[in-house]
This record gives sequence, structure tokens and C-alpha cells, in this order.
Amino acid sequence: MSKASRMFWWVVMAAVVVAFVGYFASRLGSPAAPQAGRVVAGSLTLADVVFYVIALLTVGGAAGVALSRNILYSAVGLLMALLGAGSLYVFLSADFLAVTQLLVYIGGVLVLILFAVMLTAQIGDVNISNASFGIGGGVLLFVAAAPLLLAVAMRVPWPQRADVRAAETTAQIGNALLKQWLLPFELASLILLATLIGAIVIARKELKAD
Amino acid sequence: MLHVSLTHFLVVGALLFGFGIVTVATRRNAVGVLMGVELLLNAANVNFVAFNHYVVGAVTGQIFALFVIVLAAAEAAVGLAIVLSIFQTFKTIDVRTADLMRE
Repeated sequence: MSKASRMFWWVVMAAVVVAFVGYFASRLGSPAAPQAGRVVAGSLTLADVVFYVIALLTVGGAAGVALSRNILYSAVGLLMALLGAGSLYVFLSADFLAVTQLLVYIGGVLVLILFAVMLTAQIGDVNISNASFGIGGGVLLFVAAAPLLLAVAMRVPWPQRADVRAAETTAQIGNALLKQWLLPFELASLILLATLIGAIVIARKELKAD
Repeated sequence: MLHVSLTHFLVVGALLFGFGIVTVATRRNAVGVLMGVELLLNAANVNFVAFNHYVVGAVTGQIFALFVIVLAAAEAAVGLAIVLSIFQTFKTIDVRTADLMRE
């Protein structure tokens, strides 16, 4: 496939993903939307269907990160996983957290990771760029970790509060951050400052003193 | 059973965690390892927010998730700086090559 047509398909796929997320975000934007409780298939409501699609996107992206042989495809999978997790926050009435996830993870961390990929890996050589210790060990580890967590998640009768309803939490978060959690909040800013300086010091090239 | 409940979010979190820990353990590319750490932190975050919504009800879980996001960003910045530094020293980012301290 020629370079131009491949670029074209990348742009088209990216546009499809953005349109998909934008569409569902706009549908979810009004929590009291009457369509959300509408039954679409069997006993599934529209909200359930949207949840399953987003969960599939998230888990599929995570699987892409773990299984892809090309580090760039791993980065795309990470994008899917982070985007999906952010969309799940909307279901849990954590709008502020969803937007933070978009800004910090996708706008910051993912771009940083892509820069590191570009600056370090020999991307042309796919096997070098993302080789792994072998699929056997990975499968073993997955079989050891995931079923345990899944069993705990499904078997335990978790307590639930009486009325679980979507509510706006942004104002509450602001109040809590500046009252109850003020010290951790300030400490976080200190950590970010230390990170800023530390990352620059570690990553810069040593200049020869002449 | 098919309706969205706490269990569904916990299942998504568990699968994210499983894939994340596989990524951390099997990647030889240091940047790939960092991607796995991001997945792990996201799995924890999904659980925090889900429990907060379905069990607790206040915003404490969301605050905790916020701090996790802040620390994840800091971890990514420092981790990638270290990766760049390793790349300048060893000319590769295979995590097995950075073993100078072992000898």
C-alpha cells in the first residue's frame, strides 16, 4: 500500500474514532435524557449498550497494548484504553475526572510516550522495537492474575447504597480539594514541581565544559 | 444481570489490570513497560470511581483517583526521562541491557 493511501486511512480511522466518541459524549451529556432508559434489544437499555461498546473499546485497547508487536500500535491501543476508561467515568457521574483523564492522560502522558517512542525505538524494525519475553509467560501471568480478580468481582456480594443516581460532583470535588484535602493538594503541586526539575535534569544531554 | 452494575465496572478493571501486568512483565521495551504501568493505574482508578459511585456516594474516591492521575503523570515524565537517559548511554531501550549495577 502506498504511503499516501495509508496516511489517508489513518486519518479516516482517526476521524471515525473521534466522531464515535463525540457522538456518545453528546448523548451522555444530558443525564436526564429520556432515551437513556429506552429498551433497544431484549432487556438492554441504550445506556447498557453504550456501556458494553465502551467496555469493549477499553479492554480491546488494553489487549492491543499487551499483545501488539509494534510499539506504535501499542500506543494506539493505550489511546483506546485511556479513552474508554475516561468514558466509563461518565457513567459513574465523575464528569470532572473524565475531562481530567482526557487532558492529562491523552493530552499529556500519551503524547509524552509517543515522543519517547519516536526518540528512542528503531521503529522500522518491528521486532526489535517491541519484542517481548514470549507469549507463554504472558499467558501464564494473565491466567494467574485475571481469573482471581474476576472471581472476586463477580462472587462477592458488594454492599450498595440505597439510591444510586447520577449527580454533578464537580463543585463537591472543588470544595473537598480546598478543605478536606488541602495538604495533599499542595503536596501534589510540590511533587509536580520536583518532577519537572528532575525530568529535565535526568533527560538533558551532558554538555562538555570547555 | 445484563444491566450495568458495580460488577461490570469491576470486571473491566480486572481485565485492564490483567493486561497491564502482562505488559509490564513481558515487554523488553522500556517504553512498553511504562505503558503497562499506565494500564495498571487506570485499572485501579476505574475501581476507585466505581466503588465511590455505587457504595460510598461522596467524592472521596474521585479525589483519590485525581491524585492517582497526578502521580501517574509525574511517574510517566520521570520514567520517560530515565528511558531517554538509558537510550543515550546504552543506545538501546531493551530493559535487559541496563544491568551495570548488577556486576
